[in-house]
Amino acid sequence: MSYATKSPWVIHYDGSSCNGCDIEVLAALCPGYDVERFGIINTGNPKHADIFLVTGSINEQNISVVQEIYNQMVEPKVVIACGICACSAGIFHDCYNVIGGVDKAIPVDVYAPGCAVRPEAIIDAVVQGLAILDEKSKALKAQKKGA
Amino acid sequence: MTILAVLIGTLIFAVLAPILGCLLAGLDRKISARMQGRVGPPLLQPYYDVRKLIEKDDVAVNGTERVYIICALVFTLIAGGIFVSGGNLLMCIFVLTLGALFFILAAYCTSSPYAQVGASRETLQVMSYEPMVLFMAVAFFMAVQAILGMGSFDVRAVLYLDVPVITNIWLVFLGFLFVLTIKLRKSPFDLSYSHHAHQEIVKGVTTEMSGKTLAMVEVMHWCENVLFMLWVALFFVWGNPASIILALVVVAVVYFFEIWIDNNFARVKWQTMLTSAWVVALVAGGINIAFLAYL
Repeated sequence: MSYATKSPWVIHYDGSSCNGCDIEVLAALCPGYDVERFGIINTGNPKHADIFLVTGSINEQNISVVQEIYNQMVEPKVVIACGICACSAGIFHDCYNVIGGVDKAIPVDVYAPGCAVRPEAIIDAVVQGLAILDEKSKALKAQKKGA
Repeated sequence: MTILAVLIGTLIFAVLAPILGCLLAGLDRKISARMQGRVGPPLLQPYYDVRKLIEKDDVAVNGTERVYIICALVFTLIAGGIFVSGGNLLMCIFVLTLGALFFILAAYCTSSPYAQVGASRETLQVMSYEPMVLFMAVAFFMAVQAILGMGSFDVRAVLYLDVPVITNIWLVFLGFLFVLTIKLRKSPFDLSYSHHAHQEIVKGVTTEMSGKTLAMVEVMHWCENVLFMLWVALFFVWGNPASIILALVVVAVVYFFEIWIDNNFARVKWQTMLTSAWVVALVAGGINIAFLAYL
């Protein structure tokens, strides 16, 4: 078990979400769910973050922003698509300006569907993301040793 | 002899301060969480955070950044070493300020606007607390003079006192408590770099720092916090060994008070911080020092 799984810092980006999922993401940090119990902190800084939570679909306007945030994050990192819009663009999938889910812009590790996504589902997704983060962390360590 | 003492003191401080500082930071987060009606992270969470940061990949916008941060950390440790070895309080303050300046340089060396604004605000914070901290050193000298008959900046002088210096400079102590909130980076004075989520300037000073560099910043803050608590303890220690217990109790109360302030007050503008800190320094420091000088 690497330390990456004990202190996952999260960055949250609102693609073109209706704010339903955003509110649920923040609800997970409130006293009711209190994810800081597991060391999860919401940072506004991609360079400090380990997990990238995206809500809302990808469109022509925000695709470069999402890619920029992803590129600024330091390895090991995990991307979680929160809500059906982030997974597959949901009911907006055939809008003229919508490209699709987050996986159209960057590689996504965990999908958490729902409209709006429930805080329990987000926490579940983050826990699954932690297993992937652990793998990536170990791979990075092995790569560093080899180099 | 003095250099050797400082060296040994620095080694002791470099080993103990990160451990104590880490526990203090963990306790801080735990108590903050309880004040907000949450369970909060485990006590060792700050340790896990730093270990994780060390495991992260190496990325830097400007390679010089890490050199500045290493300097900041080293000077903070030396400042602690000077204090622990019973050395000159004034020197301890100056060396710590040097560390703070390297921290500011580290933020300025990246071209990120957030880090730059953070660095400017950090400079303002140094400007705000420095007068009161210097007054504290001068008042300490005069209080030792009033009690012992011979003035001294040396920290070890407190061991020869019949009464603690707080009896002479309690007004300075209150003023110091005010600027301590700035030094501990607690709200309402966490302008340059907040420990809490989301600030209007992202993460201020540390915006461009990541991985091992950020880990060193965290360790530096732990050490700084321990040193500030030692400064608080200095007011309450005298010749009697039992006074150390009193000092520890005071330190615990002061830190709890700072957490309470942190959780109950919103961030102020820099103008409010600067003027209020200087007014407090002039009133608390000025009156107390004038009283001691013309007693």
